[in-house]
Amino acid sequence: MAQRQSFQIGTGLFIVLGFAALGYLATQTSSLANYRAGDSYALKARFTNIGQLKLRAPVKVAGVRVGSVSAIQLEPDKLDALVTLAVDKRFDKIPDDSAAAVFTSGLLGDQYVALQPGGSPDMFKNGDEVVLTQSSMQLEELIGKYLVGGDAGKSGAKPDAKPDAKPEAIQQTDKK
Amino acid sequence: MSVARKSSVPLSEGLAQIGACGIFLFQILRAIPRSLRHVRETVRQIFFVGGMSLIIIMTCGLFVGMVLGLQLYHTLSIFGGTAALGTVVALSLYRELGPVVTALLFAGRAGTSITAEIGLMRATDQLDAMEMMAVDPLAYVVAPRFLAGIIAMPLLACVFNALGILGAHLVGVSWLGLDNGTFWSNMTSNVDVWDDILNGVWKSTAFGAVITLIATFQGYTTPPTSEGVAYATTRTVVFSSIATLALDFVMTAFLM
Repeated sequence: MAQRQSFQIGTGLFIVLGFAALGYLATQTSSLANYRAGDSYALKARFTNIGQLKLRAPVKVAGVRVGSVSAIQLEPDKLDALVTLAVDKRFDKIPDDSAAAVFTSGLLGDQYVALQPGGSPDMFKNGDEVVLTQSSMQLEELIGKYLVGGDAGKSGAKPDAKPDAKPEAIQQTDKK
Repeated sequence: MSVARKSSVPLSEGLAQIGACGIFLFQILRAIPRSLRHVRETVRQIFFVGGMSLIIIMTCGLFVGMVLGLQLYHTLSIFGGTAALGTVVALSLYRELGPVVTALLFAGRAGTSITAEIGLMRATDQLDAMEMMAVDPLAYVVAPRFLAGIIAMPLLACVFNALGILGAHLVGVSWLGLDNGTFWSNMTSNVDVWDDILNGVWKSTAFGAVITLIATFQGYTTPPTSEGVAYATTRTVVFSSIATLALDFVMTAFLM
């Protein structure tokens, strides 16, 4: 009987350990760790281009995570991206003239929304809109500009081609 | 018996083995409801198959994680992407290395002991004695081990993964000086519970079933000699390693 007991204790320990490991993996090392919803308030921000910004991307102030992107929509009339940010209730002292920008963490990293604090005495409240926004830097665009700008002879031809290409891209996202 | 025939017609012998293995699987599945009367035996087998494998799984998980951390840090630093170390380690562990390495270790640690145990029961006529006493050896000996393998493998793979992450953290953050926050936040923003972690759990469950099926089959059908048991144990390791890696390819293709 004593031996049988020790088997059962060992089996129980093993199963508990296994499930503890699974729980650890699921809650600490996966996207569930970012779900820590808690209390948050919503801010809206319009961008002309959000690049590869995804849902649940982090929102950072001074590089510290304060919330996440909770929704991304396309505004049908303005053809702007309307991004809803869920900011943790703890960080309720963000001046309402702060600016939002879509940045990339590192060269290959993911994109995130950075809030750059302004100097206004009033703070953001639930549902406010971040008026000052800066779209994501498109590396391809920068390289394109650099290449085109470097060659004076071609710079006349390229800008004509670009306006044609852009509305197409916007229409494509609109259809989706 | 099989040695002589195998050399003459290896192909048909191999096909017969696969067919017999398939029939054996159905017999086990049919015996599972009856084996539920022997829950204690299943619990005991989970301890033998899973609990006793913990030390080797944990040690290997830690070292695999540390090696991954070192290797990937070196490679990623060429591209200036060391911030992605946590993500790459986690994804490669959860999706591939965790289930597969655990399965290979499991085949060597638990599969062989299952084959040897059942093979010796066969060689010493214990299985026949059970039948004489109206105890179904499939329900009392084979099915509990099969169930134990299916239950233990995913848990072992999870432990392996967890230790692997800790090993990579040890190397990347504590030794090579990567930023702790970057390591974790990059990982948490790119690893998905359903896509990545459960993917590995399904894989390891399937590997557990295949390995214990092969191990019990080899033990159950071994020639009742000491040489036969030795061959059966070897075949368990060889066949379950091949089956694991082949099944891994198929499952990866389907679960992508």
